[in-house]
Amino acid sequence: MSDGIIRKSFVIPANDFTVAGEASSSVKKMLIQLGADPHKIKKTAISMYEAELNAVIHANGGVAEVEIDRHKVFIRIKDEGPGIPDLELAMQEGYTTAPDSIREMGFGAGMGLPNMKRYADKLEIATEVGKGTVVEITVFLTDNEKEDH
Amino acid sequence: MKAREILKILNAELLTGEENLDMEFKAACGSDLMSDVMAYVKENVVLLTGLVNPQVVRTAEMMDIKLIVFIRGKRPEDKIIEMAKEKGIAVMTTNDPMFIACGKLYSAGITERGVWD
Repeated sequence: MSDGIIRKSFVIPANDFTVAGEASSSVKKMLIQLGADPHKIKKTAISMYEAELNAVIHANGGVAEVEIDRHKVFIRIKDEGPGIPDLELAMQEGYTTAPDSIREMGFGAGMGLPNMKRYADKLEIATEVGKGTVVEITVFLTDNEKEDH
Repeated sequence: MKAREILKILNAELLTGEENLDMEFKAACGSDLMSDVMAYVKENVVLLTGLVNPQVVRTAEMMDIKLIVFIRGKRPEDKIIEMAKEKGIAVMTTNDPMFIACGKLYSAGITERGVWD
């Protein structure tokens, strides 16, 4: 991989569950082309996909900004949704506020944020009720880069 | 076990992914909850599911899953099959219900744990 930084942004469309995941799919393809380690690609893809789905399910979509350099993938997903009133509770496996319509689609079981935490090397969430949520996911692409940034 | 044997054991129909028929699978995961699939599955599993929507294919893509088996005779619409084809994922459909399909595959030797302990 070269030393440059690749920046890309994606619009996450509102209420269109069928296309949810397009952004994560594009990032996965980019990382494959860049020759990143398959395990790191998977970690990135899953955590971004869950964040993308959350934006669709809870927040009428949003924007994803992605930065890839030699050492890491950084993903920021911003929405202007309702915010998360109790983040600690939302981080617990099984806690959900998703409607039945989403559960019928195979999601909304309270695993989204826990999955992001499980697969991201760094996860930061800033949220304000009534304003929106910003999720920042970092996955390190090289093993010796952890916690340097 | 090769995908083509899975096809035979489940008396399934292949909807796309002829090129994956010689792939080997040692573990399987039966789930209708895609978030659980993402939480627990390791690589190289067969995904058996009764859920039919594009996010099943999307989840398989993120997880590097190369074979999806829809159970209880569920048949995804062409758009979903097309999406799987694009992503190099084989898709089968079987009339067996979940428990029977999993049981048949387990009895036939797909016994590795496909999940993180």
